[in-house]
Amino acid sequence: MSVTVYELGHARAGDKGNTSNVSVIAYDEKAWQILREQLTVERVMHAYSHIAKGPITRYELPKLRALNFVIENALGGGVTVSLAQDAHGKSLSYVMLGIELAGSPGEPAAPR
Amino acid sequence: MAVKSTIRVGTGSGFSDDRFEPARDLAERGGVDYLVFECLAERTIARETLTRLKDPDRGYTPYLIERFQAVLPACRRNGVRIVTNMGAANPIGAARAVRREAKALGLGDVAVAVVTGDDVTEIVRANPQLRLMESGEPVEALLPRMASANAYLGADVIRDALATGAPVVMTGRVADPSLFLGTMLHGLGWSYDDYPKLAVGTLAGHLMECAAQLTGGCFIDPGKKDAEDAVNIGFPYADVAQDGGLVLGKLTDSGGRLDVQTCSEQILYEMHDPASYITPDCVLDVTGVEFDQEDRHRVRAVGARAKPRTPSYKVVVGYHDGYIGEGEVGYAGPNALARAKLAEHIVRERLRLRGYTFPEIRVDYIGMSSLHGMTDDRPEPYEVRMRFAARSPDRKAAQAVGFEVRTLHVNGPAGGGGGTHALREVLGVKSILVPRELVQPRVSVEGSS
Repeated sequence: MSVTVYELGHARAGDKGNTSNVSVIAYDEKAWQILREQLTVERVMHAYSHIAKGPITRYELPKLRALNFVIENALGGGVTVSLAQDAHGKSLSYVMLGIELAGSPGEPAAPR
Repeated sequence: MAVKSTIRVGTGSGFSDDRFEPARDLAERGGVDYLVFECLAERTIARETLTRLKDPDRGYTPYLIERFQAVLPACRRNGVRIVTNMGAANPIGAARAVRREAKALGLGDVAVAVVTGDDVTEIVRANPQLRLMESGEPVEALLPRMASANAYLGADVIRDALATGAPVVMTGRVADPSLFLGTMLHGLGWSYDDYPKLAVGTLAGHLMECAAQLTGGCFIDPGKKDAEDAVNIGFPYADVAQDGGLVLGKLTDSGGRLDVQTCSEQILYEMHDPASYITPDCVLDVTGVEFDQEDRHRVRAVGARAKPRTPSYKVVVGYHDGYIGEGEVGYAGPNALARAKLAEHIVRERLRLRGYTFPEIRVDYIGMSSLHGMTDDRPEPYEVRMRFAARSPDRKAAQAVGFEVRTLHVNGPAGGGGGTHALREVLGVKSILVPRELVQPRVSVEGSS
């Protein structure tokens, strides 16, 4: 069974200079357990590898059931000088939401 | 002014080109004491500094007059005070323009408190050893190309400007959350050293500074995350109590939504380490924050903490960084992608044959790779638009990019349509930290208050 981050939570991307931060907020407690366990820096780096150089730092906010990923060297040199159409990287939250994890939206992932 | 036990602070705009009606609605029937308009992106001041050099009366945000026309009558009628960074590179010029407009609207003599001192160009010139936050290198190398240097001022100067009694406070660069926190320092009589309160006000400002991003903007995903009346999203307000209570709300008849989900997305917006979000006023820690839905249009926030402010101001240095030239052309139907790829090849070769080289070229296939980059498993779309963009210190080289894309109009692959081209001057920005004692925020008043 696999589940996308899109089914488990919602996300927003922000920018500062050449760094993008993408938050992921779980819809419920079960989704939070899957995200917290499986949405690792390695998993996220893999998804963004063709866009960002990294490094990536991950922060956990259990009270909000949220993760915050700070992805460095992600915005083509920074908003003001980037050649990209989406210089702010506003669309980058949907790269995160496309990541597939093990489990189903209704139940927590089986222990590995 | 008498200190109140609770004040209501509304957001008037979240960026320079934001909508006008939500602020007007808050001014007319939102019961707000203050309306805060945030209108300055990172590089806006650099751009407006260049405008001011051409015309000393200008250099403020382009929609200044339209925004004040939309809200000033209701604000004067209802005693709503306005705080805004619309002054950009010319807060005094902006203040004078607002006063002229107030007279034209029949509102009489409206005093405007002006905050200056954020322009630290000369201080940066005198301190070439200051190091860039991005690279650690001295700012000295940027000085010959420097267009602007502005410090993010704090809430204390907003408090001082409000203390003049002027109905409008006009600033250049002030940290976005500080514009909001300043209204609380003044209106609730909070001390600038009361960090638990600074935490609440900074959190409120951080949540509200992007306006509709708290109330359903940048949120709706049809069928997945919906909201009512996406056409008329209302802007947020905050009810802030003297004891630090914080409730965020929006007008009950406005569109969008304000709930734990929208607040959770916005609290992490443009945040790196959630335990240390640095502003000129404090270092905010949001890891303990919790949101609680009070009713359909109101959310309570608790748990913000703050550590003492740092000994420096962040300064953004704007500098000339050459030119970007670009061009686009679209293809559709059978073999569209192959035709788009041939178009790219032709442009690349033509530029090379004409002797132009570029430090960076970017080619996008819009419909496939322009937002999330190219991967091997992208399906070929029915329509694809080739976009060719390149950077150069040489204006002629950058201009040649759009020219060569445009020549595809009659020389290129079959069925190319909808060509566009553009050339723009690039203003880059980098940051430095400047010791507080070198920066002197000032308040003056245009008119009598």
